[in-house]
Amino acid sequence: MFGMRARLALAEKGIDYEYKEENLGDKSPVLLEMNPVHKKIPVLIHNGKPVCESLIIVQYIDEVWKDNSPLLPSDPYQKAQARFWADFVDKKVYDAGKRLWTTKGDGLETAKKDFIEALKLLEAELEEKPYFGGENFGFVDVALVTFSSWFYTYETCGNFSVEEHCPKLMEWVKRCMEKESVSKSLADPKKICDFILFYKKKHGFE
Amino acid sequence: MADEVVLLDTFFSMFGMRARIALAEKGVEYEHKEENVEDKSALLLEMNPVHKKIPVLIHNGKPICESLIIVQYIDEVWKDNSPLLPSDPYLKARARFWADFVDKKVYDAGSRLWTTKGDELERAKKDFIEALKLLEADLGEKQYFGGENFGFGDVALITYSSWFYSYETCGNFSVEEHCPKLMEWVKRCMEKESVSKSLTDPKKIYDSILFFKKKYGVE
Repeated sequence: MFGMRARLALAEKGIDYEYKEENLGDKSPVLLEMNPVHKKIPVLIHNGKPVCESLIIVQYIDEVWKDNSPLLPSDPYQKAQARFWADFVDKKVYDAGKRLWTTKGDGLETAKKDFIEALKLLEAELEEKPYFGGENFGFVDVALVTFSSWFYTYETCGNFSVEEHCPKLMEWVKRCMEKESVSKSLADPKKICDFILFYKKKHGFE
Repeated sequence: MADEVVLLDTFFSMFGMRARIALAEKGVEYEHKEENVEDKSALLLEMNPVHKKIPVLIHNGKPICESLIIVQYIDEVWKDNSPLLPSDPYLKARARFWADFVDKKVYDAGSRLWTTKGDELERAKKDFIEALKLLEADLGEKQYFGGENFGFGDVALITYSSWFYSYETCGNFSVEEHCPKLMEWVKRCMEKESVSKSLTDPKKIYDSILFFKKKYGVE
């Protein structure tokens, strides 16, 4: 979901780029050289210089290609609020989501409760706006919509429905998916679920 | 209209200290409200209902939460003096990367240094020193992480130096022995009034750690 954020931001700005798929079980020398500290994707390499960490990459893209589709607001307070909610997604949604497919029993039930709670807070923040960015798709939309490609996996592992608990959020997801930058950047939810089920089996998470 | 700036904080928080330093760097006057994290004020719960944590900066009645977000906000609002983030997007991204690294790696290992024992404590020590060494390598021969001038990366990390005494005592090691250049940087930062006036006395922090360890049975 982190790599998808970068793809989405680049698509929003209309940037041509070379996409290199990494095999996390066999990381390339380029990745290890460009992100020696964390050895993780995504890494954006712009004229040979690496930028790491997805939200930092998205802000970088927004600042360099600043003349179209601004993702962050110009007002410092609105900007701080956008950063807050993107950070919330990384702290709460990611953590609970991960526990949804790596735990079982009580751990899984707690994860489900935490995940739904986090989504409800985001749904409340969205209110009646078309996007988290207001009239226009913005930074928080980028930060969160990529997780929607994992909803099918989370729902399957946790045996629940996001739509049932957060119908307005699902309307927002559908609205975002109407944007070509989003629909072309998100991975197919079924492919993600297949991969996770395979990974669970391989690493004994069942 | 004069700016009304309030900071909800607690003395031992390295996160709150970041906001204090940033405000001091910009010469902003503010009201400091000390929170008791075990008995949170109605104001804190109203201003940060999501996380219920300090620091919270309240600027003309509007709350900003999360220390690195607060520091960036301060830098953007009071932009005419002592810029903390560089203007170049790539250098800005590097500064944000290292501040994020501090929160991911230094904070985590540091917390484990005073909340664990035995093998876990040894692992925490190893992780903590490793993280500091990576930061020391990024500092290189620069005066500050920000280059010639004190900047965002410096603000992010320097506040942890007030916790070094606690970490060293709990883990039985010396930061200076492993990272001498980093300690030189700490001393250089402490010569700045904005830093020395914002950091809590390390002994006071250690006393509060001992209190928490006892209270929560982490001995």
